[in-house]
Order: sequence, then structure tokens, then C-alpha cells
Amino acid sequence: MATFIKIATVELGAGGASTIDFTSISATWTDLVIKISARTNRTLEVDGIKLSFNSDTNAANYSGKRLYGTGTSTGTDSVWYAMPFMSAANATSSCFSNTEIVIPNYAGSTQKRWSIDGVGENNGTTTYLGLGTGLWTGTAAITSVSIIPEVGTTILQYSSATLYGIKKS
Amino acid sequence: MANPTRIEKNCTTGEEIIIELTDEEVAEMEARAAEHQAQREAEETAAAAAKAAVLAKLGITEEELRAALA
Repeated sequence: MATFIKIATVELGAGGASTIDFTSISATWTDLVIKISARTNRTLEVDGIKLSFNSDTNAANYSGKRLYGTGTSTGTDSVWYAMPFMSAANATSSCFSNTEIVIPNYAGSTQKRWSIDGVGENNGTTTYLGLGTGLWTGTAAITSVSIIPEVGTTILQYSSATLYGIKKS
Repeated sequence: MANPTRIEKNCTTGEEIIIELTDEEVAEMEARAAEHQAQREAEETAAAAAKAAVLAKLGITEEELRAALA
């Protein structure tokens, strides 16, 4: 029977943080899931999410595709560093995003993929939600994941991220 | 003034560390953010221009299009 276990959680205190990094992830599980509730200081209703694995910041090693709606329009593009979504400074006060990231077979020896779905909560007309999928060309097991805002320089206080492991048996 | 910080959670030990970014990391972060913002604005401008061109070709306004699709 598959198990779903919380590995680690981060909740940001006063001052927030520029990124949230989960490190020293063991190869114990089969898949990883990250649940995020976040808000950044970007001066817009929403900010994108950029993932970085094993401290690899080379943009050439990442790609992705996303599909999104804004409340008044829809779109699709390959902006891998702006995946759905985190709420941002122009969203209704106290609104935080609701996002889930799934990274299957994270400890395997093939290139790593992930899927993401999220909504930048906002009590207004402009409310972004979307689906995305990404690829990291690294073939090493993932031992660290960084959650980075697309544009904002700070993930704000009370934002949280929880890392879960799914074990197939 | 202190630089922004990142938070690192060790998933093996449970230890949580707050690490101040170096000046280089801050500069890189700010440059990256500005680059992404400029790129997104350029893309949105291009998309708006393309949409306007299509509407002009059709000879209708956006309001008329919305009404027709409602």
C-alpha cells in the first residue's frame, strides 16, 4: 500500500525569505509532493514559481509548458520559470496561493519531470490559476529543491511550504 | 542594512537555517527579477498588439467581440 508522509515543512517568520530550500532529501521515497501557500512582494496580483534542483541554476537545463487563466483571458507558453503560482502584493490582503507540485521518480537516474497546479488567490477579477509541467535534464537523484519567486525578491511572512514523500510500497 | 535571507531546511536532520545572501547573490536575484519582468512585459505587449491587429482585421472592437461570444 502506498504511503504519503510529511518530510519537512517551512513556515516563514518576520521578514520572509528570498527562497525556500529543502536540502538533504534522502532517496527513501518514490515520488515527492510539495504543497505551497505563499505570497511575494511582487507588485502584481500574482507571481510565478521557479524550481531549482540540486543547486543547478543553469537555465539551459530547464524547460516547461504552462496553461493558465487570468480571470479575463487564457494563455499557454513555455515560461518554465513562472509556473502557477504564488499570490503577490497587489492581491487582496491576507490572500495566499494554493499550489501543489508533484515530482515523480525523483531519485531515479533519468531526467526529472514535474507537474504543478496552482492558483494565486485573490478576491478580485484578476485571479490567476494554471497547470504546468517541467523538465530538468539532470540525471542525478534530486537531493534539494529550491522554491524561487519569478520576480518578487521576498516570499512573505506566513508563507509555507511542505515537502511530502510518497512511497509506492 | 542586512541582505535578504533564504531559508534552508535540512530534510534529514530537521535543522532550519536562515542564511543571508551575499552581495553577489542579491545582485543576481535582482537582475533575474528585472529580466523576467521585462521579458513578461514585452510578451504581454506583443500579445496585445497581435490581438489588436486581429480585431482591426475583423473590423470590430474587443467589447463587440466579448458581446458576440457571451
